[in-house]
Amino acid sequence: MKITGAQAMIKCLEEQGVEVIFGFPGGVVIDIFDELLRHENLTHVLVRHEQAAVHAADAYARVKGTVGVALVTSGPGATNTVTGIASAYLDSIPIVVFTGQVPTALIGNDAFQEVDIVGITRPCTKHNYLVKNPADLVPTIREAFYIARSGRPGPVLIDLPKDISVAKIKYPPLKPVQMRTYKPTYEPHPGQIEKACKAILKAQRPVIYAGGGVISADANKELTELATKLSIPVTMTLMGLGGFPGTHKLSMGMLGMHGTYCSNMAMRESDVIVAVGARFDDRITGRLDAFAPHAKIIHIDIDPTSISKNVPVDIPIVADCKHALTGMNTWFDRNSDFNKVSQGKKTEPWRKQIKEWEKKHPLTYKKEKGIIKPQFVVQKLYELTKGEAIITTEVGQNQMWAAQFYKFNNPRAFMTSGGLGVMGYGFPAAIGAQMAAPDRTVIDIAGDGSIQMNIQELATARQQKCPVKIAILNNGYLGMVRQWQELFYEKRYSGTNIEVAPNFVALAEAYGAVGLRATKPSEVEPVIKKALATDNTVIMDFVIAREEGVFPMVPAGKATTEMLLA
Amino acid sequence: MKHTLSVLLQNKPGVLSRVTGLFSGRGFNIESLSVNETLDPGISCLVLVTSGDSTIIEQITKQLHKLIDVIKVSDMNEVDYVEREMAIIRVKAEANTRAEVLRIADIFRGKVVDVSPKSYALEVTGAADKIQAVIDILRPIGIQEIVRTGTIAIARAKKK
Repeated sequence: MKITGAQAMIKCLEEQGVEVIFGFPGGVVIDIFDELLRHENLTHVLVRHEQAAVHAADAYARVKGTVGVALVTSGPGATNTVTGIASAYLDSIPIVVFTGQVPTALIGNDAFQEVDIVGITRPCTKHNYLVKNPADLVPTIREAFYIARSGRPGPVLIDLPKDISVAKIKYPPLKPVQMRTYKPTYEPHPGQIEKACKAILKAQRPVIYAGGGVISADANKELTELATKLSIPVTMTLMGLGGFPGTHKLSMGMLGMHGTYCSNMAMRESDVIVAVGARFDDRITGRLDAFAPHAKIIHIDIDPTSISKNVPVDIPIVADCKHALTGMNTWFDRNSDFNKVSQGKKTEPWRKQIKEWEKKHPLTYKKEKGIIKPQFVVQKLYELTKGEAIITTEVGQNQMWAAQFYKFNNPRAFMTSGGLGVMGYGFPAAIGAQMAAPDRTVIDIAGDGSIQMNIQELATARQQKCPVKIAILNNGYLGMVRQWQELFYEKRYSGTNIEVAPNFVALAEAYGAVGLRATKPSEVEPVIKKALATDNTVIMDFVIAREEGVFPMVPAGKATTEMLLA
Repeated sequence: MKHTLSVLLQNKPGVLSRVTGLFSGRGFNIESLSVNETLDPGISCLVLVTSGDSTIIEQITKQLHKLIDVIKVSDMNEVDYVEREMAIIRVKAEANTRAEVLRIADIFRGKVVDVSPKSYALEVTGAADKIQAVIDILRPIGIQEIVRTGTIAIARAKKK
């Protein structure tokens, strides 16, 4: 029996286990949307801007550990997804984006709403396809899902001309995807594992530096086992937060540009760094020639291009983090040279040193009477949600305060646009996260600048009855740029004053959501409590200190130990 | 240092732009490029000359491997190999230089592929340095036009 391309596509999505699609219709995808109506188990979330569909699919994928799906039309529908795709690419998030395309006969004709989206997204997708032959449709979708989720995950785009979705095809039987050219390496080389373990055994000042790969490989348990077995302090990247319990006594918190003093000092003084699923980007290393000068570097990564890209690596391990860490744990369990107690004793002075650094310069801020400090708001959010909320962030100061002051004990609880740094990510991501985990509390920690970049999604949240909470840290500035201007441009606040802003409480109400405002510290807790008790979308507008900065801060191009502390 | 990379690719539309896009997007350099079908029509072979220190070449090789449509990347500098380029050079050839141009063509085992009363077009093949030598020696006589292919390369077969 033959079915239409649209029917085959939806059937294939169900076959791949898709339950939610984030999308926005248009001329060339009407047939697909028409087919969606007949599939009650497939929820379509209608966004108000295509960029939001991709961010929502991204966060959905992160929370569920599955592939997120977005469906948009050709032309502007497709170009609007580019920011979302680029963000998922830099953060290695598995998503499949379907874009409609003009009929194959019109391609190249400058037809209405035609754009070469395969050409446009080539450098920001893991792979992309233009389906020109109806018989290729289903195999292409299967291959796309396989590529998105396997190896180092990432976004895959499928461009679907209108005539493909109406063509009659035979649905091919399911068989495992076999690719001639693409075979990710999951298993570590045993010799490299042994070399790494021996280096760790010899270390006096070891550090584990964990990134997003720990989370995407679901390797948090294995990482915790290794760290505790050998008593190695752990620092995490922005993407790695939650990969190791943030309240664990071995946790040093985040490292890098706005990382903790003890993390950056520990990296500097370490003699063996175990990098797990992290990629030594410029926000982590600071000035390269001053980065970790004494350390032997062990680097576990599934993507060989990440190894020795910025920093020369002594012991590379190309593998899935979970497999590699399991290999290391097993090696230590079987090796008679290893004694947990004596190993722990040997590195005790190192941990004492780290605790001293931590005590000397802890994460902190100055309280001011009658003025709300943003860090205080994040601390209160942490307290009142018992650290169990899913947190999304926008980008800028709000993102860094969230990363510093909310402690994540579990993976897949913190969603942020780490690599691309997209203002406007947090709110649609919160909607995606809520769709993935309807029973969890989901909070977008936002700034007054970035929330306005996808504020239209209030309608989406309302339509989906998503009770997400938005906490706006409102200082009337594009705060992170203002902070740089204050520190490095003699307070010339060019283009950063955004005092002309909507009344966020009235704005929430205009959409049928709930708006709450706090202007003094004593109002913070009641506002959060009220928001958490409300079964509706809520905007909490926290009017905060106007010129608060994020500290510590490593100025761009400086060594990570040259931190500004206040 | 110059490196000649031989890359086997799926012979599909858009694959070449994935390769060239990778080079421009990451700031790598392409000095010459040549692509054609192999014995297997589903696979094409791309030979590319690039330059950089060992870290850059390592990164280029890895990044090429990462492209889904790339089957194999070989750095020819790591093996013994033969490389060739071809150039067609139109050179001024009037009464006083016609014989000299032919002599030079002969020395470099070139062929005359087009003749006019005032010029010859010479076809020369060889490694890049040989082509350069021909050009240098013909320049004083008066080169009117040059077309050159990219480098192609093949690894030498094992002798044992």
